[in-house]
Order: sequence, then C-alpha cells, then structure tokens
Amino acid sequence: MTTPGTETDVPTENGKQPVVEQRLHPVTPLRRAWAPIAVLIGWAVHDPNQAQRQLTRLTTTTLLLGLAVCLIGGALYGFLTWWFTHFAVTDSELRIRTGLLFRRTAHIRLERIQAVDITQPLLARVAGVAKLKLDVVGTDKKDELAYLGEGHARALRAELLARAAGFAPETAHEVGEAPVRQLLHIPARVLAVSLVLTGATWGSLAAALVVPPVLWFATHSLWTVLATGVPLLGAAGASSVGRFISEYDWTVGESPDGLRIDHGLLDRTHETVPPGRVQTVRIVEPLLWRRRGWVRVELDVAGSSNSVLVPVAPREMAEAVIGRVLPGVTVPASLSRPPRRAGWCLPFWWRGYGIAVTDSVFVSRHGLLRRSLALVPHAKVQSVRVEQGPWARFKGLADVHVDTGANKTVTAGLRDAQEAAELLRGQAERSRTGRRDARPDRWMA
Amino acid sequence: METGSPETAGETRGDGHGEGHDEPVWTGLPRDLLRMRRLLLVVWLVPLTLAAGLLPGLLAGPAWAAFALLPLGLLLWGWPMLGRNWASWRYAERADDLLISRGVLWREETIVPYGRMQLVEVTSGPVARHFGLASVQLHTAAAATDARIPGLEPAEAERLRDRLTELGQARSAGL
Repeated sequence: MTTPGTETDVPTENGKQPVVEQRLHPVTPLRRAWAPIAVLIGWAVHDPNQAQRQLTRLTTTTLLLGLAVCLIGGALYGFLTWWFTHFAVTDSELRIRTGLLFRRTAHIRLERIQAVDITQPLLARVAGVAKLKLDVVGTDKKDELAYLGEGHARALRAELLARAAGFAPETAHEVGEAPVRQLLHIPARVLAVSLVLTGATWGSLAAALVVPPVLWFATHSLWTVLATGVPLLGAAGASSVGRFISEYDWTVGESPDGLRIDHGLLDRTHETVPPGRVQTVRIVEPLLWRRRGWVRVELDVAGSSNSVLVPVAPREMAEAVIGRVLPGVTVPASLSRPPRRAGWCLPFWWRGYGIAVTDSVFVSRHGLLRRSLALVPHAKVQSVRVEQGPWARFKGLADVHVDTGANKTVTAGLRDAQEAAELLRGQAERSRTGRRDARPDRWMA
Repeated sequence: METGSPETAGETRGDGHGEGHDEPVWTGLPRDLLRMRRLLLVVWLVPLTLAAGLLPGLLAGPAWAAFALLPLGLLLWGWPMLGRNWASWRYAERADDLLISRGVLWREETIVPYGRMQLVEVTSGPVARHFGLASVQLHTAAAATDARIPGLEPAEAERLRDRLTELGQARSAGL
C-alpha cells in the first residue's frame, strides 16, 4: 500500500495463488465533494432570512476558516473512505473490503450475479470514470464499485463475466470483452413520437395546467399552488423529457456473456444481463401506440431494478428480441379467453384477459386499453397457486397465480374452475421438467 | 380424532415417481390445533362477554347488558367457523412437489416444487408448544409463495422439514 492506485499482492490463506487487491480510481474521493456545499445551499434556501442574517454577521476570516475546515474535513473523509476500500477478484467471488471504523467485507459469488451495470453520470463521463454495479438476489444495498477508470471498468466487467461464465481463472484475463451483435437500435425520432403518444405525459401535463388555477381560485394562496404545480410539472417533465434523455440512443445487443443494453443521452448506462437470468418478460401495448404497432418490452431480473428491455419498437422487432432473450420462445399469436360468464365477475375488463401455455412459457394477458402480456419461462416458476373467492366459485371460475423469482406474480384471471385445476397441476409439472433443459449457472462450463 | 396422524400419511406418500398427476394423498391438520384455537377463542371471548354484560348492566341499567350479545355472538359464530377452517386445511407430499390447500370461502391451493425451496422454517410459540404443535413454513425465491402449514405435531413437523430439505437438495434448482 504505497502510492494510490497500485496493486498489492496479498497471499491467500492456503497460499495457492495471490489475490490481487485493487483500489478504486483516484477521483473517487471527489464524488461526495459537493455534499457539504449542497447542505449549505439547502439550509440557505430553506430559511433565506436567517441565512442572510448569519452571513452578514460573519466576518471574512471566519467564513474562510469555516470553508477551510469544511474542505479539509470533506477531503479527509473522502480520502480515507477511498484509501480503505479495496476489491479483489478471486476464482469464484468478488471481494469488496470497505470501512475505516466499521469494517465490512462483501463476498459476491460470481455465478450468482444477476446483472452487471456500468453507469456513467455526466460528470463521471467528463472525468473519464465509471461506476460498476452488481445485482445479486437478496441484498437491499447494491454493491457497487464507484469509481473506476472507464477502460478498467469495462475490463473488469469482461473479467467478471468471463469468470462467472466458467472460464478458467488464468484465461479469464485474456478472454476480454465478448463480441456484441447489435439486435436493435431505437432512432431518436421514434422514441420522441412514442413519448408524445404516452397518456401519462399528457395526463400529468393537463393536471399541471388545470389543478393550480383551480387551487388559486379556491384558496388564493401562492404556496398551495406552487406546492401542487411544481410536482405535477416535474412529473410531466420526468415522464417525457426525462425519459427521452435516459432512453436516448437505446441499443440492445447480444453477446456470449449476456444481453447488453446501452442507453442515455447525458448519463450513459451499459447494462449486462447474463444468460438465463430473466424471470419474466412483459410486452406492454399502450392504446395510442396500437395503430402504429409499437410495443414496449419490460423484463424482470431477480435482484435488479432495471426493467426496460425495449422502450419502444415495432412488434415484430420486439418479438425477435424476446426470442433472443428467452431462447426458443415465440410469442403466441392467439390466447384463450376466459369463459363468457367471467363478465359477471369483472365486467368489460374480462375481455382483456387471456392465457396461453406453450412448451417453454406461460403467457397471460390483462388490460383492455393498455394491454400487458406477461411471459414466464416454465423453468423460472417458483410456485403455483389457485385462488377462488365465493362469488367466483358460484360462477365456477378461479384465478391462477404463477410466482416467479423476481417477486413478481403473473395472474391468469377468471379461468374456468376445472381448467384452473388442470392448469395448476400442469404448470407445477412443467415448471419441474422445464428446469431440466435450462442452462447451468456457469453457462460456458 | 386421529385426522392427521403421521403414520397413515407416511406410508403411502410419493409412489408415482416422475408422474405428476398421481392422485395426491391428503393429510389434514392435527385435532389439537382446533382444540387450541377454540380454547383461545373461549379464553378471549368469555371474559369479554362477562365484562361487556356486567359493567354496563351494573353501571347504566339492566338493558345495557345487551352489549354482551356482541362477543357472545362472535363466540357462537366463531366456534363452528374455526372447525370449518380447520377442516379445510390439508397438505400432500407428492414425489416432486408439496401441495397445500386451504380456505372455506376464499379457497387457495398452492403447489411448490421441492427444487425451488430456499428455506424451511419450523416455529412454535408458547401456547402452541403447550399443545404440542409447530408450524412449518416454506420459502422460495418468490416472496408471494404462501406455503405455510400452521399446526403440526413436532415430530411430524421435523420429519416434514427433514424430508423437504432432503428433497430440496436432491432437486435443487435455485432461481
């Protein structure tokens, strides 16, 4: 441990092979440099009068002194957290050691990694650094390595994925980044049009234009108007401009070590989902997109918060991508509807329901205006349930729930009771056998 | 009385290997669970009935003692309801999965393949221990999985736990 950024060799307990411990990029201490300033600004905004009075009372010397203390304290804290953060990649795990007073060592098993993301906020892009985030099931706090050099982050991701795939540790360095084959790229124009055709944007915009004037007439209080208008405008902005910025230049690629999703205008994000991690795929079709035949594809990966696979694409292209994500899966064209008497349980909306079962997936659709079709591979089903309330039993109907590992439940609503019972037995059987031909956790081994 | 004896269930279980559609052998819950629940009902509601009857009756006048009818009604209604609910619970161990069926008005049937089991939990509180009962809960990677057997004889609960973990290891599939 001499100069910043050097690698230190620490022999393992059995002395087999040295584990190379590394440090994060030296700009890391600066990542929280803005925090004290933000606190000051927040305090000043929160109470402007008080802040002004305090400022006039302070002399230049005390101001400078305070600033210096803040700076030095912040710098010391940043430096120490950086100094005491190490990480190392071993044969089977990634170890992260952090903490000055309260030491914490995280051992992340590589074959259990659900997704690897490299994110680059705007400032990090300027500085040429990136954040590496690992999704593992069951942890609330995501382990991330922030920040690494841009090239280093990519190399590390490639190495982690190669080791997770089951390549021998000696060769994992040399495997390098797997070649990516581009599956889909979304033009900015299509994205913009799709966002214009999204109901949520217009809804919040309309609310932002209607609610504040009404409140003004009702209360004549500027604060209530601001307190409601600003969040509503913010929501409208987030669902239109915000989504455009984050979903700009959306590229989906395929490589041997998984699915690659790259996107972002200001903050770039590069997500990787290793093969066999997808628990559910949802095809969402908003009403206004239907005429153009566009759909949005979402996916659920256990332990990962990223959910969008394709923000907008023509149906055929989206289905082609789904065929790559869930190998051998075709989206069924026709679904079986619930029996007509389901209208007694759920008027109108029952028409949106439908299910299909193929060799590899369980498919269920719901929604009348905004259709949503969920596909669950049989191998990913954790448990199956049939539920029947008194009114549904009177009508001879039942709901079938299929639980997946991403804490999502796919429901086939209002099926015939006899059919639901058969579906329950059949689905349990399929989920058991479906696992046999699923790929191993180390998919290259 | 002997609805849920482990012997009868233990012999005939899981013969049809590989065949999922073999008729499941259902096992009910032990009668002690019903006795415990009814006792708890009585222990809570009888003093409540007395209090609701005596206090207003003595303080405000005899007519106010009618308040006692409320907990009394609850007691009289709850007694058979507990019986029906108890009778509705049953479970079956098949070759590859566990079936749990329950509910009178809102019926629910759950199937959990052994291979998906992440954790088997056996718990018993002080009252349940006094009655010689323990509950078994299965956890999979999906939090929505609601596989719980509320009251079993401890020996049966342990046997079930051991069998489930053993089968879970043999058929382990994880996520």
